[in-house]
Amino acid sequence: MTASTFEQVRNVASDIFGIPADKITAESSPETIENWDSMQHLNLVLAIEEKFRVQLDPEDIEQMKNIAAVATLVEKLQSSTR
Amino acid sequence: MSDSISNSPSDSTSAERNPSNLRAEVDGLIAEGAFDRASRRLAELWRRDPASGTASFVTSRLDELRDKSGHKLPLTTFKLAVLRSFTVEPIVPLLRAEAFAFGIDLEVHVGDFNTYVQDMLDSQSSLYRFAPNAVVLAVRADQAAPELCRDFADLAPEAAQQAAERVVRGYQQWIGAFRKHSQAALIIHSLERPSSPSLGVLDDQSEAGQSGLIRQINRELRRVAEEFHGVYVLDYDALVARHGSEHWHDERKWLTARLPIAAGYLLPMASEWMRFIVPLSGRTAKVLVVDLDNTLWGGVIGEDGITGIKVGVEYPGAGYQALQRALLDLSRKGILLAVCSKNNLDDAMEALEEHPGMLVRAKHFAAMRVNWTDKTQNLREIAQELNVGMDALAFLDDNPFEREQVRAALPEVTVISLPKNPLGYAAAVRNCAAFERLTLSSEDQQRTKMYAVQKQRAGAEQNFQTKEDFFRYLEQEAELELVSGLTLARVAQMTQKTNQFNLTTRRYTEPQIAEMAEKPGWHIFSIRVRDRFGDHGLVGVAIVHDEGEQCEVDAFLLSCRVIGRTVETALLAHLAETAAQRGCKRLVGWFLPTKKNAPARDFYPQHGFERKEVHGTGSLWTLDLTASTSHCPDWIKLVTRETKTGGKN
Repeated sequence: MTASTFEQVRNVASDIFGIPADKITAESSPETIENWDSMQHLNLVLAIEEKFRVQLDPEDIEQMKNIAAVATLVEKLQSSTR
Repeated sequence: MSDSISNSPSDSTSAERNPSNLRAEVDGLIAEGAFDRASRRLAELWRRDPASGTASFVTSRLDELRDKSGHKLPLTTFKLAVLRSFTVEPIVPLLRAEAFAFGIDLEVHVGDFNTYVQDMLDSQSSLYRFAPNAVVLAVRADQAAPELCRDFADLAPEAAQQAAERVVRGYQQWIGAFRKHSQAALIIHSLERPSSPSLGVLDDQSEAGQSGLIRQINRELRRVAEEFHGVYVLDYDALVARHGSEHWHDERKWLTARLPIAAGYLLPMASEWMRFIVPLSGRTAKVLVVDLDNTLWGGVIGEDGITGIKVGVEYPGAGYQALQRALLDLSRKGILLAVCSKNNLDDAMEALEEHPGMLVRAKHFAAMRVNWTDKTQNLREIAQELNVGMDALAFLDDNPFEREQVRAALPEVTVISLPKNPLGYAAAVRNCAAFERLTLSSEDQQRTKMYAVQKQRAGAEQNFQTKEDFFRYLEQEAELELVSGLTLARVAQMTQKTNQFNLTTRRYTEPQIAEMAEKPGWHIFSIRVRDRFGDHGLVGVAIVHDEGEQCEVDAFLLSCRVIGRTVETALLAHLAETAAQRGCKRLVGWFLPTKKNAPARDFYPQHGFERKEVHGTGSLWTLDLTASTSHCPDWIKLVTRETKTGGKN
């Protein structure tokens, strides 16, 4: 995962969960972010799909256990569509 | 997916602020208490980056701004309920952010999954408790017409036909129930035709196929909607087709989260709802002010000359002609056109009158400012000349610098974001929700002509020594009648759109007006004015209700077209006279000040009313009908017509 993808994912998460970006780390997850419920998870998925122009499969969505995993997934999908 | 957000604003200007700086700036301004500036920056952020994440940020800061400023933001509040058969929650922030960009603070209530029938039938449901201004019925074909969507090939032709008829009867019943319980506007999604019908290409060989029957249902839904006031169809089938069914749908999200729409198309869905919400909330533009060089035609008339500018049927002139066609369509809907251009007047007039490729001519413009003054000053003058508020103006200019300048100096003006390529100009105008209208009165269709006549009147006025001489010369005739099925739409429209000469600024929908007209003791008058130059159409409304010996004015408003010609005195005289005839002893009414209704401020004191009480900023005025009488000016001929209410449900 590159710094720039992580940065961008963190900014999206900051908007969706309504918390400052600098409070979000690679390990931030539904356990550490109070707002991260199933509806916000869907909103995060949609925002990621829109921003990075990728489509996530249900299996991918299950893997999004923390911010680092989201960023890694985005990079994997971006490299496979190129 | 780069084509996905086709009607979203896509402005990029030299004064580039990047979105994350803008976020920090918004938070800084909120902390300082600079709420107006924070609000403008927030709108700018949305314009620059209209995405799901941004929408969450925008709505959270909008809520904060509203609470911290004590509801002082200059926004129109509007309550929307969405009844649905699919997940709409992720669309809500996008919709609220989009509404905010139009000056609307939108509160949204989302119904439970597939409870729309109960919600509409049960007068105690959460839907009615929410008291919405408008309701969207977003139901998919698989829910509304399950027989026609699943196992269609198993269905006998008669059974399929009956199923289609049953669907329409269902809608008719729910809408009927809805109208009994609520006067809110209702926006029904049409049903989407299957993208892969059960019988493949065979399906399209008959009108009784799957697609044919869905089309039939949609046709019937339009007919049903027309039976009621304030019920509209959103052509969901056409919306999906416009964006491409295969792009629009996301089967994975449908199966896992009951969300049928792909991430990139949630904003187009929200924008489509806005095309109804903007006209329903009255945040529409009444005048479109256009630039000339590189906007109405390609090139610069002052440099390229009449033979050098591009407008016509061939590329690149065709793009400008397409824009001109869009402008003419707006003018047919009653939206006035005006010119604001930095040019020499002679050059501009030569192009407007002589160029063979032009579709829009000088006669289509209600006002023109062709000079070298800055555009904000010109826009102010145009608003003044046409007697409208600044928020009634929309501004179309190819130059991002001019657009930014107008946005910064005149935040009330709707500035239309244009793509870099002129071929996209026509669509940008056609897709702008500020120009949507849900009803069209004959006044709307005649408006451009009426303003041309207005110019003659203004010319005549200068030749008279006194106002009274001029009024006599005008030979005004005012026709008063009670609201009827024929005038209901225009009367409601006037309560929604009139800002300046409006004593109480109470907004009413068609169904509300219809219900009021039926109530005992309530009287709704409309006034139509003609003079020697032409017909102004229906230009005033007054609503009164009797309480014992007192007659209270609930609403009193007049189109800006006839302000200052004593028509208001004639209307008041009629109210006073009819109230006295019904045995009332007093005529009372509130004046409720707004940012815009200063022209109506002195109306009551000027007509002999005395102030009885003050409540907040509002004041209550009273006229003793036994002691004084209000007279119609002798230069206005008053005609009354007897009509009954009736028409739609």
